Amino acid sequence: MSQWIRACAVDSIDVEDVAPLVVGERHLAVYHSEEGEYYATDGHCTHERALLCEGLAMDGVIECPRHNGQFDYRSGRALGAPVLVDLRTYPVSVRDGYVYVDIDG
Amino acid sequence: MSHRARLGQYRLTSPAGRFAVDVGLAGAEWYRSDVPRKRLKELMGRSDMPALRDCVLWLGLAGGAAAGGVALWGRWWAAPCFFAYGVLYGSASDSRWHETGHGTAFKTRWMDRVVYQLASFCMMRDPTVWRWQHTRHHSDTLIVGRDAEITAMRPARLARIVLNLLGLVDVPVALRLMAVHASGRLTAEEQTFVPPEQRRSVYRTSRVWLVIYAATVAAAAASGSWVPLVLVGGPRLYGASLFVLYGLTQHAGLGENVLDHRLNTRTVKMNAVNRFLYLNMNYHTEHHMFPMVPYHRLPALHEQVKDDLPAPYPSMWAAYKEIVPAILRQLRDPTYFVKRELPSTATPYRGPLDGLLPAAEPVERMSVQPG
Repeated sequence: MSQWIRACAVDSIDVEDVAPLVVGERHLAVYHSEEGEYYATDGHCTHERALLCEGLAMDGVIECPRHNGQFDYRSGRALGAPVLVDLRTYPVSVRDGYVYVDIDG
Repeated sequence: MSHRARLGQYRLTSPAGRFAVDVGLAGAEWYRSDVPRKRLKELMGRSDMPALRDCVLWLGLAGGAAAGGVALWGRWWAAPCFFAYGVLYGSASDSRWHETGHGTAFKTRWMDRVVYQLASFCMMRDPTVWRWQHTRHHSDTLIVGRDAEITAMRPARLARIVLNLLGLVDVPVALRLMAVHASGRLTAEEQTFVPPEQRRSVYRTSRVWLVIYAATVAAAAASGSWVPLVLVGGPRLYGASLFVLYGLTQHAGLGENVLDHRLNTRTVKMNAVNRFLYLNMNYHTEHHMFPMVPYHRLPALHEQVKDDLPAPYPSMWAAYKEIVPAILRQLRDPTYFVKRELPSTATPYRGPLDGLLPAAEPVERMSVQPG
């Protein structure tokens, strides 16, 4: 079952940047890649739960601000110590100038 | 609490570690100065050029010094060559290990990984164990029983610190750990922070390193010369002094069991030579607050947040004028710590200024107050 949430306007996230999306108690992170695509993952690092929206998005990778753990934010794959558990990713679509995230996807 | 018992609390398997977890000091939220996201993104920006330049300089100077030392072997002029080689190998490798371990030195990630392996070897630090140990140091900086990188405990083990100016404790310990790891084991403390799925690489690395050191000893024996040992492994002894002296400025004498790096970390102004050798880690408070910022942007980060930090020490000399008396006083009174004054522009300190250990006070006294 899908639950699409309007996350933000497309121009509200710089290219190669990340923004938070808070839905109730849940934290997600929405990314704008260099290629102009949008992606979404869980908002907390799987290592020590730092907020990824405060990290550095670069070359398809999000670096956690706390210990520099790296994830491929397109696939959620953890890229090595100190992050060993993959991030959950969410379907994203862009419609009418807004980014939508399926938070149950 | 006796001094011996207090020192025992620094072990990662001690009650102090469990206490820190129980009262919320482990893996806690730390104070961070406010930096606008746009500016922080600029400061976090990566580039290969500064690290390539510094790496070429580092390895070029080390190679030149080594070649000069070998060419002049047996003459007095070999001594300054090996002094320079020793500093570049046994001290400058520490900051290279540190920066590439964070993955912030280069923009190109494989370059970080290559230099990290090389610097880890030079410093005799298993790359996997020390990556996790340093991760813990950042999570739980100077949290007693959690942070394995506390150099100056309260009371300090002075003999150990002095002997380590020539690596005389670190190197035997590193060799012993190499043997332990090569046999397929970790110490009890290492098991508290190295995940099981990462341990195989520890065993593999230590076996490769032992082969390298055995080959070095064999080359020295076969050639009847000390040169192989002076070039490989030896600099971790005779070149270690500077990294110990730099490293002590980071946290020695400051508050423990706090959640504000302004209370337990120093920023010390250094000259260009020291900043090259130390890769700007003298901006240590800033580094702990924002470990995503690469070393070459730390001076800019310092300018950004300095109004929220205690004044930096103007020199290593100034820092040691505080550190040495503080450490000596802590030998008699381990509850003593240095409290830095904040400028009027700064946000007040977050939480307690110095923590207490479990046997000294009940848990209720130790509760962490939000900022």
